[in-house]
Amino acid sequence: MLEKAKILDKDALNRSLMRVAHEILEKNKGTQDLCLIGIRNRGAYLAKRLADCIEKIETVRIPVGILDITLYRDDLTLVAAHPLVHKTEITFDIADKNLILVDDVLYTGRTVRSALDALIDLGRPRSIQLAVLVDRGHRELPVRADYVGKNIPTSKEETVEVRLEETDGKDEVVIIQKE
Amino acid sequence: MENALVWKRKDLLGLEELSRQELELILSTAESFKEVSTREIKKVPALRGKTVVNLFYEPSTRTRVSFEVAAKRLSADVINIASETSSVRKGETLIDTGKNIEALKVDIIVVRHNYSGAAVMLARNLRASVVNAGDGWHEHPTQALLDIFTLKEKLGKIDGLKVSIVGDIAHSRVARSNIWGLTKLGAKVTVCAPKMLIPPAIEEMGVAVTHDIDEALRHADAVNVLRMQFERDEQSAFPQQLEYFKNFGITRERLEKAKKNIIVMHPGPINRGVEISSEVADGINSVILEQVTNGIAVRMSVLFLVAQANDNIKNENTD
Repeated sequence: MLEKAKILDKDALNRSLMRVAHEILEKNKGTQDLCLIGIRNRGAYLAKRLADCIEKIETVRIPVGILDITLYRDDLTLVAAHPLVHKTEITFDIADKNLILVDDVLYTGRTVRSALDALIDLGRPRSIQLAVLVDRGHRELPVRADYVGKNIPTSKEETVEVRLEETDGKDEVVIIQKE
Repeated sequence: MENALVWKRKDLLGLEELSRQELELILSTAESFKEVSTREIKKVPALRGKTVVNLFYEPSTRTRVSFEVAAKRLSADVINIASETSSVRKGETLIDTGKNIEALKVDIIVVRHNYSGAAVMLARNLRASVVNAGDGWHEHPTQALLDIFTLKEKLGKIDGLKVSIVGDIAHSRVARSNIWGLTKLGAKVTVCAPKMLIPPAIEEMGVAVTHDIDEALRHADAVNVLRMQFERDEQSAFPQQLEYFKNFGITRERLEKAKKNIIVMHPGPINRGVEISSEVADGINSVILEQVTNGIAVRMSVLFLVAQANDNIKNENTD
């Protein structure tokens, strides 16, 4: 594993989040009926940070939920290392809400597909929009993000790693070359 | 940390062979599954396309229904086989029955049998996953897991807890599984019963023994009250029941001398006025119905973990 390039540092990452927060508010015309749903693990932290950004702009705290998609994965039996099942923590009713689904990296689109299934099982939101910190291309499903922090064209021999203060001790996005 | 421990067993046969880490994984996975039953749509697709057979050689409603509900909330298909209505009646052996079920491409067999070791024997002869739903006097792992899950939920931990198990210890698979699970997780276990219902050398399992119910209750954080089964002949059973209730029955008077927040558990079905008074069974210390609810989450966790492990074993073999 070779670290090839740092794409975002702490300041750039935070500026991207702030811009995405503005875009979310612009498109949804404010915070009415707006909720953030973060996909475990890093998406959950990003969703909380987006809520912080939105609070700075609008002085309104919007609800944040955490979604665990382990049980909805289509590759459950294919992965060598078993994913652990964690709790879904969505304590508010999502019916008729405008949900912003948040994840760190958009790649094949399969995670988002699973997340959509999981959300629909929880209720009938008015809309679901997708916000990602990084879009690295190579979609295998017809999925598109509404809000993108940074587009990073990559090859399949590379991986994009989003590191966050909360999980990794520092904020940065790097490209890594697989061996 | 995420991958520090993986569940590798295709079967769940007992708690004796499990490590502390494995027990903790089942419990933490069950915690995640509990939320599913609170949803409007109480279902996740984790075991979609899998088939679970409940193979029951002993009458059981609650355990079978609990496994059935658990499997269905994971989107598995469930088939129930009771020995009274199957070819077991025609003399087919357990292994033959198991192999026939496996030939139907069934993924998990949940088995209840009056012979200790039945689940182990089935598991050794089949590629399908086997989950022990009670074998003879040996083990009833998912009952103990749901007892432990409930305790942990109520008291926040297992390590250091004092738990008393009261009743027919000698003939109880629930007691054996509880003893294995609780002691591995660091609880101090006391068993309490009349002398004839305590098996010899039970101390070797790491438990204390008493024949005095008040002593068993005095310092306990929780008491697990076992179902007493006297002879079916009502006439001779009745005096025995009265006698047992007088000496070992869990009553309000006895609880008043125990810790104020003592947790009262019972695997059910309860015999009111035999091992427990109605007042206690329905009282604020009782978590009997919460145990039933938690049983679903625990069984979902077990079904999910063994199915996942078995898929991985099969994938490794085809690679």
